[in-house]
Amino acid sequence: MTSILVVAECDEQGEISQSTLQAIVAAKGLVDSVVTVVIAGEAPASASTLAVGKIVTLSSVDDADAGIYDQATAVISSLVESTSPEIVIFSKSDFGSVVGARMAFRSDSAFASDCIEISNAGDGVSVTRPVYGGSALAEFEIPTRPAIITLRAGVYEAGTETGLPLIEAFESDVNVERVVSVTGTVAEAREGVRLEDANFVVSGGRGLGGPEPFSVLADLANALGGAVGASRAACDAGWIDHSHQVGLTGKSVSPDVYIAIGISGASQHMAGCSSSRAIVAINKDGDSNIFKEARFGIVGDWEKALPSFLATVRELKA
Amino acid sequence: MPRLLGIGITELTVRIVVLAKQVPDPETPPSQFKIDESTNSVIPPNGVPPVVNGFDLNAVEAALLLRDAGAEVEITVLSVGSDFVMDAMKKPLAMGADRLVLVDDSRLDNIDSAATVKVLAAAIEKDGHYDLILGGRQASDWDQAHVTLGLAEVLGLPLVSLVQKLELNGDSVSLQRVIPDGYQTITAPVPSVLTITNELGEPRYPNLRGIMQASRKKAETFSLADIGLSSDDLAPKLELKNLYIPESNKQVELIQGEDEADSGKKLALRLREEKLI
Repeated sequence: MTSILVVAECDEQGEISQSTLQAIVAAKGLVDSVVTVVIAGEAPASASTLAVGKIVTLSSVDDADAGIYDQATAVISSLVESTSPEIVIFSKSDFGSVVGARMAFRSDSAFASDCIEISNAGDGVSVTRPVYGGSALAEFEIPTRPAIITLRAGVYEAGTETGLPLIEAFESDVNVERVVSVTGTVAEAREGVRLEDANFVVSGGRGLGGPEPFSVLADLANALGGAVGASRAACDAGWIDHSHQVGLTGKSVSPDVYIAIGISGASQHMAGCSSSRAIVAINKDGDSNIFKEARFGIVGDWEKALPSFLATVRELKA
Repeated sequence: MPRLLGIGITELTVRIVVLAKQVPDPETPPSQFKIDESTNSVIPPNGVPPVVNGFDLNAVEAALLLRDAGAEVEITVLSVGSDFVMDAMKKPLAMGADRLVLVDDSRLDNIDSAATVKVLAAAIEKDGHYDLILGGRQASDWDQAHVTLGLAEVLGLPLVSLVQKLELNGDSVSLQRVIPDGYQTITAPVPSVLTITNELGEPRYPNLRGIMQASRKKAETFSLADIGLSSDDLAPKLELKNLYIPESNKQVELIQGEDEADSGKKLALRLREEKLI
């Protein structure tokens, strides 16, 4: 039997996150797997019907070290040491990326980040992960245990099954000295819908040529009830704030329609939007990579095509 | 008068190690990105030289900003690998870094991140004193984003990831750490390990004076034996079985009106037809 720990995270509403539910599906897909879910702090009510055998709560981890995760790393390390799971799966989130990596190097274990597939391979486990900004895929075998893995969101579908897990608390006397301290949190003002939640995303890139055109993109986003995104090139040039960045090192979005304007479609950018239902591209260069990923496109000058597109969208929405 | 520890180095100097990796140019056109499936490796594109990982240049810029703010700093750029292209690797020196230290050994070609961390840790111990270790948020080749995090664990140092702003205050650093809808303000001790994110801003372009100075500087090189390691220390934890370019079977439908304005209108109507808007 393969014993697997899935380290859970909760969303803004305090419920088990979609990416955790997806990780549970990935774990249960492995042959002969016994899945235990680990939750920092108290388990939310919905946890009592998760379709897994056991839930372990960690009372000694709270939000106090959010962002630094010194305490979380220490407590989860000690849980792994005492229960010897063969695989530990995190979401590829801020928490999972930091805690997973630190735990792995602390215990000299194997670590694979941002995986899109996990499968059995003989006595070991095999993972596939995008590399070179998504231009290639790499398949690795991990012979040693435990294998510590972070899973990309959206590649497995969350299950609808329910169950009656045993819930127990892991008591730990680990109490790390806090040498790094978080002194405050500054929330940046956001207008309209959250980029990650938007059904429509209108993104601009280097081809816009400057900051001004983003106001036209915002008009289109407003008309659609969506949000404005941008490529890293546009953000790094200072045309729009980095909070709008879509891509491997920015936000991952999966709207119904992703409209890419003046974006060449480098694989680093596509990594953040390729799970959109439909990608629509407007670009002068018909050979650019974006047209290999798009479902609809216009090869031409966005300055000429966008006003009539926006006007027609407004008419249709009226 | 502060005690002199070396040429231009006093006990007040803040010594910064910046981790830098040589990678294939990520701007290589997709049509030129090719893989040799018999060796599971990327075929270097003709005429496109490698570059220093762009995210590592953010870390170099972070160190230079500390100097701009008035701190007395010595910036050492450290890289691990083989077949270094000096024109590429000297870019941080041209930007203003002081030293370039290379662990250069053919056995370091294609090592995994676990081995990379071991080599970096040994090189840092060998090279001596440091106050801050800065790394980019990830490398644009294997996109693992965990070498700098792992190094903090192996060296037993405090770690803060995704730093977009930093300020030195004697024995501590004040930081801004990027979170999804804003940032955290953080105080960390010195020494610490930090990963720097591209939100810091674009790395500066080297000026002519910087390029001249860099051309006169020589990289200091270590072999694997110099830092007390052997091939046995490089065993991978992840075994690469297959590296391939995924096939795309998407077919774009290009909208062609009488002119671009007409195309824009037709595109909106087509999306409505598909019930997408």
